[in-house]
Amino acid sequence: MIDSDQITKKLRKILPTVTVPGRYTGGEYNQIRKNWDEVELRVGLIFPEIYDLGMSNLGLMVLYDLINRSPRYLAERAFVPWIDMEDAMRTAGLPLYSLESKRPLIDFDVLAFSLPYESLYTNFLNALDLSEVPLYSSDRDDSHPLVIAGGHSTFNPEPIAPFLDAVVIGEGEEIILEILDTLAGLPDRARKSRKLNSLSALGGVYVPAFYQPNYRADGTFSHLRRNNTAAPEIILKRIIGKLPPPPLNPIVPYVDTVHNRAPLEIMRGCTRGCRFCHAGIVTRPVRERSKEEILAAMEALIPNTGYSEIGLLSLSSSDYTQIIPLIKAINERFSGQNINISLPSLRIESVSVDLMDALAGKRRSGFTLAPEAATERLRAIINKPISDQQLLDTAREIYSRGWHTIKLYFMIGHPSETQEDVQAIADLSKRVLAVGKEESGNKAKVHTSVSTFVPKPHTPFQWVGVASRDDIQDKIDLLQNEVRGKGLKLNWNAPKETHFEAWLSRGDRRLSTVIYHAWANGARFDAWQEHFDFDTWLQAFDEAGLDPDFYSTRERAEDEDFPWDHINIGVKKSFLLQDYHLSQEGKTRPDCRDECFACGILPAYNALRHEYPGELWLCPEVSRLIKKS
Amino acid sequence: MKMQRWRITFAKTEAMRYTGHLDLILTWERTFRRSGLPLSYSEGFNPRPVINLAAPLPLGFTSQGEIGDFWLSSIVTMHEFSSSLDRALPPGLAIQHLEEVPHLHGDKLPSLVQAAIYRMTPEQFPPDLKDRIAQLLSSATLPSERKGKEYDLRPLIYDLTLTVPKGLKPLVIETKLSLLPGATGRPDEVLYALGIDPLSANICRMTVLLKNIPLKS
Repeated sequence: MIDSDQITKKLRKILPTVTVPGRYTGGEYNQIRKNWDEVELRVGLIFPEIYDLGMSNLGLMVLYDLINRSPRYLAERAFVPWIDMEDAMRTAGLPLYSLESKRPLIDFDVLAFSLPYESLYTNFLNALDLSEVPLYSSDRDDSHPLVIAGGHSTFNPEPIAPFLDAVVIGEGEEIILEILDTLAGLPDRARKSRKLNSLSALGGVYVPAFYQPNYRADGTFSHLRRNNTAAPEIILKRIIGKLPPPPLNPIVPYVDTVHNRAPLEIMRGCTRGCRFCHAGIVTRPVRERSKEEILAAMEALIPNTGYSEIGLLSLSSSDYTQIIPLIKAINERFSGQNINISLPSLRIESVSVDLMDALAGKRRSGFTLAPEAATERLRAIINKPISDQQLLDTAREIYSRGWHTIKLYFMIGHPSETQEDVQAIADLSKRVLAVGKEESGNKAKVHTSVSTFVPKPHTPFQWVGVASRDDIQDKIDLLQNEVRGKGLKLNWNAPKETHFEAWLSRGDRRLSTVIYHAWANGARFDAWQEHFDFDTWLQAFDEAGLDPDFYSTRERAEDEDFPWDHINIGVKKSFLLQDYHLSQEGKTRPDCRDECFACGILPAYNALRHEYPGELWLCPEVSRLIKKS
Repeated sequence: MKMQRWRITFAKTEAMRYTGHLDLILTWERTFRRSGLPLSYSEGFNPRPVINLAAPLPLGFTSQGEIGDFWLSSIVTMHEFSSSLDRALPPGLAIQHLEEVPHLHGDKLPSLVQAAIYRMTPEQFPPDLKDRIAQLLSSATLPSERKGKEYDLRPLIYDLTLTVPKGLKPLVIETKLSLLPGATGRPDEVLYALGIDPLSANICRMTVLLKNIPLKS
C-alpha cells in the first residue's frame, strides 16, 4: 500500500502541472498535525468539493477543532481534486490523501463526510473511489474505514444510504466524540457489524443497513422494515443545548478561497418559519451565543488568524436579540483596525440599514435584500410577510445612505404562483430602481437574482411538486423580457439544475442507483454550471428504471409516507402539514419568538431545555409551558 | 500614515511553494495583523496595506532571498519589530535580514530590481551537462518561446555554472538572470534550453540583486 512518502514524491511531479496547486499541499497556518501513532483513532474529515469552497465550511472547521482537542484522536482534512488534478492523480496512481500527513484516506479509521447540500453526492462517491474505498457499505469489510456523513442534506439520508455505514442526524459537535469514544471502546479487531450495532445504539446515529425500505404498488414509499430489532424505529436529531465555544484558531489558507474571513457563528436556527426554508426548520431550536462571548471570540480570532474580515454567521442576523448592542460594541472596539465585519441575511427593515451603515465604512458595493416573492399574496403563502411599502422604504434608506446597488433575491415556482406573481418580480425591481434614481440618480442599480423553488423534506412544502421545466422556462423568458434596461440586471438558474436538486432532495433509497450510475457515467461537480450534465442524469434514471418526475413534479398526497419520516428533526409532521394548510389559505404564522406554535421542538427536547433554561434558547421555558397546560 | 519603512529579506519555503504573488501579499498582511505591528494602510474607499515586494516569484519555486518593503503607521524598535514578527510568521516564511529604510518615500523596490540568482537541482544530471552549459554560453542567441511569443533567452543569462555549494554534497546548477522590467529570464526556460525537464527540478531563488543604491545617504 502507498505511504505518505510515496504520495509526497508523486505530488512533487504532479503539482506543477495542475491549476492552483496550493489547494493540494496543506501546511497552512494553524493546521494541526498530530502524531499518527499516539492516538487511538484517526478521522478523515472530508468536504467533497474543492479546497477553495471546503475551507469556507464552518462545520468542518468546528469538527476539526473539536476532534483535535481530544488527546485520544486526530482529524485531518481532505477535499476533492478539481478535474485536472483528478486526471493527474488517476494517471499517477495517487489515491486521495489527507492534507496534513499525506496519508491515503484508506488508512484512516473513520471517514466523515460533510454533506450540507445534495449536489455533492457524486463528488462524495468520487472521493470514496479516489480513496480506493468500495462505494457501497455492503462491499466494505472490517478492514475498511467506517464511512459516515452528516450535514443538512442528510436529514433525508435515503438517496445516499447504501453508501454510508452510519449517518449522523443532527449537530456533529454534539455527537462526534461520542461516536469516537464508542468506537475506541471496542476491542481492536472488532467486526464492522459490532461497530455498527454500538453506533446505532447512540441517539442520533442512523445505520441504514439495519433498515429495509418497502414500496407500494404505485411506487410510493411504504415503510422501513428493521432487520435489527435493537435499531431504533425513529432517529431523533441530536442537538447541543448551548453552542460550544467557537473555533478560535481556524486554519488560514495560503491560496484564495471563497470566503477569506474568520467565521463566527452568532446564532443557530431561525424563528421566522419561511415555508420554503429547509435550514430554518431543521436547525430549530434557536440558540444564541452571548454578546460577550462573540466579542471575546473576535478579540482572539484577529490575532490568531490575521484575517481582516470576520463573518458573523446566522440564518437571520437581524433576529439576533442583541444585534444592535453587539454592532455598537464591535464598532467601539475594532474601528480603525481595518477589520471588516460581514453580516449576512438581514431583514427588510430600516434597522438593517442602520446596522450595515455602522459596519460598512466608506466602501458600499451592494446591499442584498431577499423578499423571495414579489406580491404580498405570495409572500403570505411562503410566510415571509413584508409589505411592498416596507421594501420600498428600506430600499430608499439604502440608496440614501450611499449604496448604489441593491441585490434583490426572488424565487419563482412557489406553490400557487401565477404569471402575475412573476410579472410582479419585474415590476417590483423597477419600482426599487425608481426609488434608487430619486435618491442617487443614474448611479442607481438593481440586480435581480431569481432562483427556482425546490421543495425540501421536513418543510411545510414537502408535499408540493416542483414546477415543470417548461413552466420554469416560460417564467424565466418572461423575466428576461421584462427585467431589462439601464440599471437593471437579471440572474437566474437553469430549470434543469432545479430539477436535479428536486430529485435528490426528496429521493428514496432507490435513487442511490441513479446517483451511482450518474457518477459512473462521469457526473462530478454537479453544483458547477459548466460541469452539470442533465443528460447524464436522465440516462442514469433510465439505467435505474426510475422516473425522474416521480421525484420532482409529483404532488404528494397528504397522507403519503415519506422515505424520511423515520428521521425526527423535532418538528412534527402534523405541524408541517398544518402550516401547509395555512399556506393554502394564504395565512401567515408569525415569528415564533413572540408566541409558541408548538412545532414539536419543546416536547422533543424537554430535558435539554430544562438543562439550559433562560434566554439561551428563544423557545419558551418548559416549566411555563407545563404550568399552562 | 506612513511613519516607518522596513526592508525584509525572507525565505519562501516548501509550505508556501504554491502560494502566488497576491496571496503572498495577503499572507504578509495577515502576519502583520497577528503580530500586532501597525501596518500602514492606503487612503480611499478600499484601504490596502502598504506592502511592496521586489519581484514576483513564479509559482512552484522556493526562495532564500525575497525582498519586501513594509510601511508602519508608528515607529517601533528593531527588537520589537523582529520579535513581534517572529511570533506571527506562518510555516513557509522565514526572516533572513531586517533593516530600516531611512527614506520613507525613496525608490520603490520593483524599480531597483536588476537580476536574480537561482539554484536549480534537477532529479538527474545529464552526463554531458558541462558541455551543454558551455555550448549554451557560447551561443550568440538562444531562440525561445514564452506563452506563444518568441524571444531570445541568451542576453537574459548573465551567468550559468555547475557548482558544488558549500557544505552540500550534490551538484547544483546556478544561474544569474536578468530581472529587469520587460526582460526577465526564467530559470525553468534555462533548464529547458539545457535539455532538462524543468518539472523534475527544484528551483530556488537565492538572491534578488538590487541596483546598488546606498540605503543611507
